Amino acid sequence: MKKLEFPRLGELIWREELESGLRVSVVPKPGFKKAMAFLAVNYGGADRSFELQGQSYHTPAGVAHFLEHKLFEQEDGVNALTALSERGANANAFTAPDMTAYHFECADMFYENLELLLKFVREPYFTDESVERERAIIAHEIRMTEDDPDDAMYYALLRCLYEHSPIRESVAGTTESIEKITADTLYTCHRAFYTPSNMALVVVGDVDHRRVADMAGEAFSDMLVPTAKKLPPKPEGPLPAVTVTEREMDVGAPMFLAGARTEPDLRGLESVRHELTASLALSGLMGSASRLYRELYDGGLINETFGCDFENTAGAAHLTFGGETRDIQKVCLRVFEAAADVAARGFDPAFFERRRKTVLGGAIRALNSFDNICYNIAAGSFAGYEYFDTVDVLGTVTQEDARAFLGTYLTPDRCAVSVVNNKPNS
Amino acid sequence: MDTVTELELMRGVRLTCVRADRFKTGCLSMTFLAPHTKKTAALNAVLPYVLRRGTARCPDTEALAAALDDLYGARIEPAIRKRGEVAALGFCADFPDGAFLPGKIDVLSGVAGLMGELILSPATFGGRLRAETVETERENLIDDINAEINDKRSYVALRLVESMYRGQSYGVAKLGSLADASRVTVFNLTRHYKEIISSAPLEVFYCGAEMPERVAAVVKSSLSALPRLGMCPMPGTAVDAGTPTGSVKRGVERMDVTQGRLMMGFRLGKVMEEPDHAALTVFNALFGGSVTSKLFLNVREKLGLCYYVSSAVDRHKGAMFVSAGMDFDRERDVEEEVLHQLQAIAEGDVGERELEGAKKCVISSILTSLDDPMGLESLYLDRAILGAHGTMTALAKRCGRVTVEELSRIAASAKLSHTYFLTSGEEVET
Repeated sequence: MKKLEFPRLGELIWREELESGLRVSVVPKPGFKKAMAFLAVNYGGADRSFELQGQSYHTPAGVAHFLEHKLFEQEDGVNALTALSERGANANAFTAPDMTAYHFECADMFYENLELLLKFVREPYFTDESVERERAIIAHEIRMTEDDPDDAMYYALLRCLYEHSPIRESVAGTTESIEKITADTLYTCHRAFYTPSNMALVVVGDVDHRRVADMAGEAFSDMLVPTAKKLPPKPEGPLPAVTVTEREMDVGAPMFLAGARTEPDLRGLESVRHELTASLALSGLMGSASRLYRELYDGGLINETFGCDFENTAGAAHLTFGGETRDIQKVCLRVFEAAADVAARGFDPAFFERRRKTVLGGAIRALNSFDNICYNIAAGSFAGYEYFDTVDVLGTVTQEDARAFLGTYLTPDRCAVSVVNNKPNS
Repeated sequence: MDTVTELELMRGVRLTCVRADRFKTGCLSMTFLAPHTKKTAALNAVLPYVLRRGTARCPDTEALAAALDDLYGARIEPAIRKRGEVAALGFCADFPDGAFLPGKIDVLSGVAGLMGELILSPATFGGRLRAETVETERENLIDDINAEINDKRSYVALRLVESMYRGQSYGVAKLGSLADASRVTVFNLTRHYKEIISSAPLEVFYCGAEMPERVAAVVKSSLSALPRLGMCPMPGTAVDAGTPTGSVKRGVERMDVTQGRLMMGFRLGKVMEEPDHAALTVFNALFGGSVTSKLFLNVREKLGLCYYVSSAVDRHKGAMFVSAGMDFDRERDVEEEVLHQLQAIAEGDVGERELEGAKKCVISSILTSLDDPMGLESLYLDRAILGAHGTMTALAKRCGRVTVEELSRIAASAKLSHTYFLTSGEEVET
């Protein structure tokens, strides 16, 4: 196995690209009792259209997530999640717009658990009856998140920003879209994307890296199959199709989320650099350390729910900001004014360097989290960069990058706003 | 292996220091333990947020943020927790270990110093906390209390606890009531602040690579101005070992929701006279605290009566809560089946596999929490409040030896006292 060292971070990775195409990464963590394994598939809720062996497929929203739910059931009737839990492992899975991942953390029986993880993800087993049963469970999960004002507000914003991208719909789909999913759909998508060359295994902990690679090699030795080709959605127009969306729910105070699309087509460390630029620019402009935040907070216009974020996933990239407020217009107006001001004059240089220190500290702190290491190494595997290299990119982001980011993207015409108001008579 | 050192730094100030060099971060918390009552809940809840707004040296959030930026983004967050009738209020910090930063800077001293300032030298005006700061934070507290309704699951939990312990301190929500929050003023909050720093016991927790002697010295110097005048004894929690009398009390509330949310409150009863924390932990995992639990596997998976169901034991109070989400007309079916599963444990109907699954689940959760500094912080705080002793590894061992008889005894002692059901607005109650 190849040994990749990152001495400045005190980290190393044991790496092997298996014959089947599966990329295995082991990050040793001596002294830790817990160990984590994370098996990721480069396939998520937004990958709905694809081509496999000359045939085009257009699948309903929610297939990747449905598949994630169903894979735990095995042909012998044993539920893999229950089996892992019975051994004391803390197992789970998630579906993101661009990734599906299965993982467990445990303090005992690591290799037995790893063997099961490698098996149940590889071997799908569905019957029409079990798919039917799961449909009801997922429908309720969807309804439950529909009660959540934050989720409702977020997806309403994405539907304003994106006309075509599948990211505008929740990874779980809708109660209508999941009606169209059959055992056949699930088998097809599993065959299309759950191929070793489209997957990454990441293990973090005090484990034998050689043994991990051997187990993975054995599990996938007979799978030399082509992966489906993802078909991209129609390109978006330059500005959001809809600029304001409002709804009423039972909430404590009115809340809003505003956002704007940025640069979706960057690859590798370039996309990382775009993300770090966004993070420095947005947190500098309106993060809790900024002058604007203090002004709005002291003026009672925002509270601690106010925040800003940047998301880059599945061919989509956008910034967002929002929270609870009594005056949405005023908050947005002040954000746009401040963004234009920074775009014109730049941040105070000492302030900008302090923000950089904080982003660096955050990157170091993130190395404490096994979940975070696993997720990012897998995401880097799919997007063409090495996670532990991203800390060095931070040093290359300049004032000018941050100014250009704010001046280009954070403008009133590029933004859409999603609002949740309180129901009048509740 | 981590070494745990416990020291009395000064009168009423205890330091728990977990030395471990495998983490990339350090963790430091300073937590005052004060009584949680109707009178003090809102004051306790708002105080750390007011203090976090500025110190004499860093008078506003921007100056504080600059100081934290210089400590490589160390986070110092207000923390307010409710454990039985004890309010735990203060600050929690996590920060990158200096060894991985350029110049190998001493982040711990900076963080401890700043935390000490937040506690001991807040920005003041005319000898009181600043009025405008108190006002904004009072409004924020009111917003937070109003926002409790946003998360339906925890909202139902709050309403149940309120009705089950009406008139008692434990029934008061962590943030207090809207009425109490609106009565917070610069006068009563300044008085409360002075009372807390001079009389409430202070728990300090550190986990990281520094040696305990050095941590003790750094913390002591950051707290040197702490007035320790009329020290209060450690506030205890009022463990409830009584059994409910009369029929189950039911609360129903209507709202425009897509599914029903049920919360069931049990009193654990006489087992709480001499509580065995290991047995209670295993009992909860077996009953409804894990995905191999009786509630999850039977009520949700096998019978499909609900979308989620789980149980939680409050050791500080001697209560157990079951939370479930279901179709509006399934409420009674779920309740009946939950009671049926509890009865099964009381009768000793516990399979070998179920028991082993529950034990493995809690042992693994204890052992993995040793690898999480913030998780350890919370475990040690709970222990301080419960007055528990012994190491986490010893607790894990003890969990492995819990017998079915001990679990049956807990199940037989637990009695349903109250329920609270959130249902749709349209339906008519029959």
